[in-house]
Amino acid sequence: MVLLIVKKKYSIGSILKNSLSNNENWGKMWRSPNPKKHYDVIIVGGGGHGLGTAYYLAKHHGIKNIAVIEKGWLGSGNTGRNTTIIRSNYLWDESAYLYDHAVKLWENLSEDLNYNMMFSQRGVLNLAHNEHDIKEIKRRVSANRLNGLDTMWLDKNEVKDLVPIMNTDNLRYPVLGAAYQPRGGVARHDAVAWGYAMRADELGVDIIQNCEVKGIKTDNYKVEGVETTKGFIKSKKIGVVASGHTSVLAATAGVRLPLQSRPLQALVSEPIKPVINTVVMSNAVHAYVSQSDKGELVIGAGTDGYNSFTQRGGYDVIEETVRAIVELYPIFGKMKMLRQWGGIVDICPDASPIISKCDVEGLYFNCGWGTGGFKATPGSANVFAHTIAKDEPHKINAPFALSRFSDGRLIDEHGAAAVAH
Amino acid sequence: MILIKCPYCGERDQSEFANGGEAHIIRPKNPESLSDKDWGEYVFYRNNPKGIFYERWVHTHGCKKWFNAVRNTSTDQILKVYKVNEKRPDLSEFQNTLKSPSGEPSVGSGNFAVKK
Repeated sequence: MVLLIVKKKYSIGSILKNSLSNNENWGKMWRSPNPKKHYDVIIVGGGGHGLGTAYYLAKHHGIKNIAVIEKGWLGSGNTGRNTTIIRSNYLWDESAYLYDHAVKLWENLSEDLNYNMMFSQRGVLNLAHNEHDIKEIKRRVSANRLNGLDTMWLDKNEVKDLVPIMNTDNLRYPVLGAAYQPRGGVARHDAVAWGYAMRADELGVDIIQNCEVKGIKTDNYKVEGVETTKGFIKSKKIGVVASGHTSVLAATAGVRLPLQSRPLQALVSEPIKPVINTVVMSNAVHAYVSQSDKGELVIGAGTDGYNSFTQRGGYDVIEETVRAIVELYPIFGKMKMLRQWGGIVDICPDASPIISKCDVEGLYFNCGWGTGGFKATPGSANVFAHTIAKDEPHKINAPFALSRFSDGRLIDEHGAAAVAH
Repeated sequence: MILIKCPYCGERDQSEFANGGEAHIIRPKNPESLSDKDWGEYVFYRNNPKGIFYERWVHTHGCKKWFNAVRNTSTDQILKVYKVNEKRPDLSEFQNTLKSPSGEPSVGSGNFAVKK
């Protein structure tokens, strides 16, 4: 019995055992192999979406010879650079199905991977500050309820009960109400990358870090492999999940994508005692905030206003964000900010992702998540794995095809985004 | 923070300007013969290079005039600013500092996860 408990990588047994040796003998969570010459599937991008794709390919579709290639270290891109908000209260049916597929997977992910995602369903509020907001948000609440989502409308007093520190009246755009999704919340971003990586590795997936893909080689509209800093690697199927850099990699295969890459900034305050136990987003006053388990406020807002691949962003965006936060929560007025960073997000013209095949046989893209990809990680990975394995989309991601930018079936989610793009 | 030299007002902070996306996009001259795919290309597809990018800016909080710029999107360095009626500068005028399409420049990338 004891042996059984110890055999699992993380269990009460393994914690006891490792405590006896001063916690110095915990093994590596995954191998760091040299790349083989050939793989059945190569995933470019070692963030949550990419590692999850490899995990589901190995677990659900029986493909074992897989590599995940990452330019930096795992989760060093947008997986480690977001504000970890999870929700599925999107307006259109297609998006609601996709994002709620993810939320349902989030709910069992810690158990599925036996690794604590610290998934906390603390609820997400989307504030209304004017008559138009109220109408738009109530419409979204109704659409969500028709799709079986748990979104509801709260009036000002109910919002104030949930978040007593919020300044609802004494500001230029007073808080008039909010949409509330109790199943929404936050999770630990690193754990997502590490959990998927560890379990994918156990299923035989080669995770290759610090290896940059320099180009995708194609011949007569078929993929042949990728040119990397560790040499050429052959594969007949390549899934590109490189967020901001996806269009740059696509260009090496002669594929054009309707993406624009921009920095999206976030910042974290000094840790304080618990003051806010839900996630609050505001479109009109333009910022969102939640409090991490460490006590830091995690704050974000819109993207910088121009294309860029520099993971920093401009100070005027931070100033605007912090101004909105102080307006809504005067109690935070004298707090100090500890860290700030930018992630390069790839934005689609309709603010919905692309999970799709393309004109090149064997080349698949999972991109265009823009400012809200983290929440979708397990759902995105799950349907992308299906798309790669079967060479056809899952019914959930079929509407998110690249072809929508020529046939006009856009999924316009600008209004449902956390904050205006 | 970027300083942009408006061709009319001189050097100002980027927050005074609004970006207008890729420059030199020409409306199709033969709209009636365009396929859905061609229209999609014109409406939705824009270049998104890491490196040399031709773009439009408008001095919203200043003279309100539009102008073009060439910027290196991997470092945010502005390489040239020119008026809309001036000729598009040739790509060969500018040096792309990246060794590979998705590589990181030695200065100014902000991506510390990648070993140079």
